[in-house]
Amino acid sequence: MHEMGITQSIVAIVVEQAAGRKVTRVTLEIGKLAAVMPDAIRFCFDVVAQGSALDGAALDIVEIPGRARCLDCGGEVMLAEVFGHCACGSRRLERLAGEELNIKSMELETA
Amino acid sequence: MCTTCGCDDGAKITVTNLQTGQQDHMERAASPQAHPHDHHHGDGHHHGHDHPHDHDHPHDHDHHHDHAESPALAAVAGLHAVTVDLERAILDKNDRLAERNRAWFEGREILALNLVSSSGAGKTTLLERTIRDLKSEIAINVIEGDQQTLNDAERIKAAGAPAVQVNTGTGCHLEADMVRRGLDFLRPAFGSLLMIENVGNLVCPALFDLGERAKVVVLSVTEGDDKPLKYPHMFKAAELMIISKIDLAPHVDFDLDRCEAMAREVNPGIRSIRLSARTGEGLGDWYEWLRQARGSAALPAAE
Ligand SMILES: Nc1nc2c(ncn2[C@@H]2O[C@H](COP(=O)(O)OP(=O)(O)O)[C@@H](O)[C@H]2O)c(=O)[nH]1
Ligand SMILES: [Mg+2]
Ligand SMILES: [Zn+2]
Ligand SMILES: [Zn+2]
Repeated sequence: MHEMGITQSIVAIVVEQAAGRKVTRVTLEIGKLAAVMPDAIRFCFDVVAQGSALDGAALDIVEIPGRARCLDCGGEVMLAEVFGHCACGSRRLERLAGEELNIKSMELETA
Repeated sequence: MCTTCGCDDGAKITVTNLQTGQQDHMERAASPQAHPHDHHHGDGHHHGHDHPHDHDHPHDHDHHHDHAESPALAAVAGLHAVTVDLERAILDKNDRLAERNRAWFEGREILALNLVSSSGAGKTTLLERTIRDLKSEIAINVIEGDQQTLNDAERIKAAGAPAVQVNTGTGCHLEADMVRRGLDFLRPAFGSLLMIENVGNLVCPALFDLGERAKVVVLSVTEGDDKPLKYPHMFKAAELMIISKIDLAPHVDFDLDRCEAMAREVNPGIRSIRLSARTGEGLGDWYEWLRQARGSAALPAAE
């Protein structure tokens, strides 16, 4: 699917930010509702990182569970899918977390 | 090449203007391999000796770390890592380009729609029919996305609308910069309608904003009626679901009500239109929806 292109974006952003320095670790934040599979990113990462400043860098992926607020009763709902409903029966949910697709940080080598 | 995704990093994008035959080639996101870097870090690291020592001394125990260590160990010993917060959205670049497209459309009162479906659901057929029925009333431009061939753009051109074909190679979705290139060729007029037919795929296009006013998801009755639950991201992102090829409904096991109920489970606000581009049934609802989306009474009532 799209994980290769997304991994290319990750590597391109980090390479740019690292400005020539060697990157030893990249930490991502991927929501469980983001339609991106962490395992596929991990697989693509080693391939895409080859020969770049990220070659051999560790990849940490923090997965963020889906969370929503019910617009009818105000309760908080945990979501395993992009849709779902509240215990009160309502489907009118406001997503609070779970769609993240972010680069949190990078670790640079300094001598 | 990623086994999961099938996209590869060498993907080349070609944008073809069907009116002139002119072609434009684009590269995918700059290859990180193009950035050279320095492998010497750490290698030159030496511990300085402040204390004087006598080189006549037969033992080297008091300065062993000057020479006895491998460069690699020395590098590790002297290595400091620094963590830099980035807090960057991975799709930030596409999102920003999409916002620019959106502002461009809004300034020109252009209604841009992003049509998504599995391959073969009937998007191009519906566009051909829509163009034939509405072209005397409203200017319609089309950006066609497909991995290969100019076929769909040629069909659109034959139906009577200017078209640009974007061939994504192995890429499985359109991105905002490809739409931008298409617009450079099409130069759609003030108040016109821009139809963007995305690459046949119900997963990836959900993630890539093109700057459209709305996503329209097309699902044909020859597919499973549980598709909204199987591809919830797309049905969640869409404002309108078109159930297409309803002329075939009597021949297949497709429960229209069940399908709509499942789409609403994923997206309570989604609208649904049932139609057949072959018989014309339901097209009036589609044209009515287009008219309302355009915020104009200029479109004719359909058949
Ligand atoms: N029976 C029937 N077939 C249709 C209809 N719309 C499209 N098709 C057929 O479905 C096939 C795929 O259509 P196409 O428009 O190319 O699908 P796309 O890949 O979504 O653009 C073609 O053979 C069309 O003739 C329809 O309303 N009824
Ligand atoms: Mg098509
Ligand atoms: Zn994709
Ligand atoms: Zn509730």
